[in-house]
Amino acid sequence: MTETFYDVLRRQGISRRSFLKFCSLTATSLGLDSSYAAEIAKAMETKPRTPVIWLEGLECTCCSESFIRSAHPLTKDVILSMLSLDYHVTLMAAAGHQAEKQLQEIKKKYKGNYILAVEGNPPLNEDGMYCIEGGRPFVEILKETAADAKAVIAWGACASYGCVQAAKPNPTRATPIDKVISGKPLIKVPGCPPIAEVMTGVVTYLLTFDRLPELDRQGRPKMFYGQRIHDKCYRRPHFDAGQFVEKWDDDAARKGYCLYKMGCKGPTTYNACSTVRWNDGVSFPIQSGHGCIGCSEDGFWDKGSFYDRVTDIKQFGVESNADKVGGTAAAVAGAAVAVHAAASVLKKAKKSETVTGEK
Amino acid sequence: MDLNAAAAELDNNPETAAGRTVYVYEAPVRLWHWINTLCILVLATSGYLIASPLPSTPGEASDQFLMGYIRFAHFAAAYIFTIGFLVRIYWAVVGNHHARELFYLPITNPKWWAGLLRELRWYLFLERQPYKYVGHNPMGHLFMFIFVTVAAVLMICTGFALYSEGAGLGSWQDLLFGWVIPLFGGSQAVHSWHHLGMWGIVCFVILHVYAAVREDIMSRQTMISTMISGQRTFRE
Repeated sequence: MTETFYDVLRRQGISRRSFLKFCSLTATSLGLDSSYAAEIAKAMETKPRTPVIWLEGLECTCCSESFIRSAHPLTKDVILSMLSLDYHVTLMAAAGHQAEKQLQEIKKKYKGNYILAVEGNPPLNEDGMYCIEGGRPFVEILKETAADAKAVIAWGACASYGCVQAAKPNPTRATPIDKVISGKPLIKVPGCPPIAEVMTGVVTYLLTFDRLPELDRQGRPKMFYGQRIHDKCYRRPHFDAGQFVEKWDDDAARKGYCLYKMGCKGPTTYNACSTVRWNDGVSFPIQSGHGCIGCSEDGFWDKGSFYDRVTDIKQFGVESNADKVGGTAAAVAGAAVAVHAAASVLKKAKKSETVTGEK
Repeated sequence: MDLNAAAAELDNNPETAAGRTVYVYEAPVRLWHWINTLCILVLATSGYLIASPLPSTPGEASDQFLMGYIRFAHFAAAYIFTIGFLVRIYWAVVGNHHARELFYLPITNPKWWAGLLRELRWYLFLERQPYKYVGHNPMGHLFMFIFVTVAAVLMICTGFALYSEGAGLGSWQDLLFGWVIPLFGGSQAVHSWHHLGMWGIVCFVILHVYAAVREDIMSRQTMISTMISGQRTFRE
């Protein structure tokens, strides 16, 4: 008999009551109708369990750290029951050859039927030698595991966009996984790290509905990345009123004004921080008085200071921003006009002189 | 046709004989020009203040809406600018041939290149007098094409892409312009390019106003009054 999610959960000692609570909680966090709770429950009771293989490449494990801190204990228990049984370098009990053997077994047994979650990315320089796992370059393991996967999840900024290890000049050529894996449905869950509830929400969706949630142009789930931090920020009224923090310790900072002038990247960052928040909904960066650094946006590590509003443009060689470039150009244009105008006046005067002289 | 022959032909154009007056800019073109002037004034000022806001307003946030009004002014002017641009494209189709000049560069025409060279020399004080043109001189034509047509398209595309972020996924702004954001590598980069575009247009305005005033005085044809009445008068 095939094992279902529900079987696994019961074996883990989770009561039916808790299980149903989890189903309705998940439906809510995914922004689904309450009737979906029953659908999720049914799917988990009847569908054969889909294993999740969690690979870690060039990364800092902050995604895993975030994931296991998923606020709701139920969510954590349920999701971890689904995952830890299979392969997760940090969480699994097995180690060494035993663990690698297990990975091979899952791949064989569930061929084309498991979900591959990737934390971190493969460095491609020197034939991938900058990241070795079990004696082999990570890029090989990644390609191999992805080949038989049903779908791939790119956890965090590393797997989605490259993150700090891909910062210029990117010596190891750390590469987002979608540049290495092709032909597989892939979902990007960016952030450094992504919010725990967002991660569990995505996994649950994939496991219960057997398909990717609706994605935006950049391959992110719309339900969590459909709006900017700025659009749902509780400090937004101060932005609209034109009330800004000018210095970290000024009166406006104490009053909780908008951090826009301090370089907050909320207006350019798509994530659920201002709604879901962190650590059981306790807070998020802006609530703690620091601007958003835009960690879920592509290239956030290479886009100048976290504390500038008009950010640096590296293409101009020397560090410069649009205002400096534009202001200089306008000043040069203005000065050129002034000089040219003066020369023109001289020329005109000279011309009329010769004309009158000829008369 | 070599450049010299082209130049000679330009010089002896009976259309631009001294004392002659030609109707160049039709009413919609002139109206568009002055609406654009106001739009650009509002857009550049409000846009600058969006990137570098004014000092904080006092009192409760619920009593104030300064940033909101500045952004409203920007968006309202942007809509007028965009609609004006679309109507202008329509007029390029139905208007006289001068109305079409803004939307193409005659790079295959040696006469145009000869004129461009001449204008360049004129501005470098190497020529005693410039040629006369019913429409734009080639230098003006080139600048108009880059800083009005190309810049307007760039600003409209990046501007509406940024606007779509507030309008939300699935809005028509998002469907039409949302693709611009990943193309530029993220919202922040689009902001930077939109901002640079503003400075480009500011530089153009400086040069445009200067050139119009200078040519009005020093060239052999009217400039400023032409954009008011539509008539261009030529002189010796």
